[in-house]
Amino acid sequence: MEIYLPIADLPVNIFLVLAMGLAVGFVSGLFGIGGGFLMTPLLIFIGISPAVAVATVSTHIAASSFSGAVTYWRRRAIDLTLALMLLAGGIVGTVSGVWLFTALRGLGQLDITIGLSYVLLLGSVGAMMVIEGLRAMLRARQGKPVELRRPGSHTWIHGLPLKFRFKQSKIYVSAIPVCVIGLIMGFIGAIMGIGGGFLLVPMLIYFLRVPTNVVIGTSMVLTLVTMASATILHAATNHLVDAVLALILMVGGVTGAQFGARAGQKMRSERLRLLLGILVLAVGSRFAFDLVVAPADLYSIRTIEDAP
Amino acid sequence: MNRTSGPRIAIARALAASVLVVSALPAGAERLVSSLSSHIIQITSNFTGVELVLFGIVENDQATPPRSSGYDIVATVTGPRQSVVTRHKERMFGIWINAESQNFVEVPSYLEVLSTRPFESIASAETLRRQHIGIANALLPQQNESDIADAIPNDQFRQAFVRIKRERNLYGEVANGVTFLTPTLYRASISVPAEAPIGTYDVDIKLFADGAVIARTNSAFEIKTVGFESFIVSAAVNYGLAYGVVTAMMAVMTGWFASIVFRRD
Repeated sequence: MEIYLPIADLPVNIFLVLAMGLAVGFVSGLFGIGGGFLMTPLLIFIGISPAVAVATVSTHIAASSFSGAVTYWRRRAIDLTLALMLLAGGIVGTVSGVWLFTALRGLGQLDITIGLSYVLLLGSVGAMMVIEGLRAMLRARQGKPVELRRPGSHTWIHGLPLKFRFKQSKIYVSAIPVCVIGLIMGFIGAIMGIGGGFLLVPMLIYFLRVPTNVVIGTSMVLTLVTMASATILHAATNHLVDAVLALILMVGGVTGAQFGARAGQKMRSERLRLLLGILVLAVGSRFAFDLVVAPADLYSIRTIEDAP
Repeated sequence: MNRTSGPRIAIARALAASVLVVSALPAGAERLVSSLSSHIIQITSNFTGVELVLFGIVENDQATPPRSSGYDIVATVTGPRQSVVTRHKERMFGIWINAESQNFVEVPSYLEVLSTRPFESIASAETLRRQHIGIANALLPQQNESDIADAIPNDQFRQAFVRIKRERNLYGEVANGVTFLTPTLYRASISVPAEAPIGTYDVDIKLFADGAVIARTNSAFEIKTVGFESFIVSAAVNYGLAYGVVTAMMAVMTGWFASIVFRRD
């Protein structure tokens, strides 16, 4: 059944979009990520303009992360203090990211920047996650204890001043790296049009040693707030949010996320991280493939959106 | 979205009126009358493109005998104008990036040329060029530095632009798209794909006989969103902030609703 999308200005198959929402929702629930890095390329692939795709995906991510956040909130698996501190940095990051986005767009090199950022970021993060995941699994197989929180493994990060005690996470770290992580997330999110949960989760685990059970819920709170404000900003400035498309994606997304979250509970965390690493690496490779392989058509056309 | 449609329709009407006067001159005793099966196409949620019928008659003055060579009709449908950037990818440092680009200024978003026969058997190349008949003769101005000019037909950017538009069924030529049901009654069907933008579409109909244009007329139709779709578009454009807040709330509500529906504990 075809349905016409008013803002994207083209018809799509409603079941195809619903299925995409379900699939990405499942993945997002499984790993506790927004899934923007999967959804945005998928929407572009079915013919929706990148600008509309990025804006609408932010709405979809807001819905699925809220649904996830509620579930984690009931389980008391959210560190609200940590989330608020991340948000403080996140807002600064978003504003500067939007500024750079506009500047690059003016120079006409935004597309290549987005492509390269996807390759570099997803490639390196994905590779790191795969290596780390394999190592953890190997250790578990050899019968050695899974070393996640070694008490003596304090890095330079733990030597920074302005220390805070985050009760829920049972960590005692400086506010500086927390704000910096939030800032990086906001910045990357604005440039690449992704929620960034896949990046935030490992960052919180590796740098701040936030326990795995709290990290997903906390990252969802940050994603929820940044993506909800991104929706409002995109709608207010560019008028690019397609509410009909967003609604279909959301319905599929939140449903899929519930099943994903349940599947995630049954899996071991190191295996989950390995799987997510492989997925991130795959998307990164796909972007690299597009950049390296000769395109089928060397020419492309794009309508210049006249400023409203 | 169609801020310019008002004046454009006015111009089209003025043109049509002047053409009627011209075609009444003794040089051509024929008058062209035509209409469309529909003048307003409403986009609803199940819009997948539209098929329109253009029909009309060649009115002949009683005094002049009908021409033995017969008539030919060329109908040109032009969609709302847009500026389009055409980019060419080149390999640099091992990756393919957009290098050269050309801006096409105010070119038709949709262009379909329907005719009774292949163009070359209707009129001479010179006449076709002067009358802008066919995609090859359409005006597709490009921005060069500060001035805007139409490039030569075999310009690589122009060729690529037309090819991509053709692949998307937005540009096209149908050599037997217009048929004469009787010696004077003609009919053509115009197909507009779902991808075509909303706005005013002008239909320019030219009557050819003995290799020359002897009469001309215009018509137009509008593609617009109605009802729910129209409401969404106008809300998004006119009340962006409120629209954004409502959409974000909808996201939160959907997420909350899902967490209740799927609650197990």
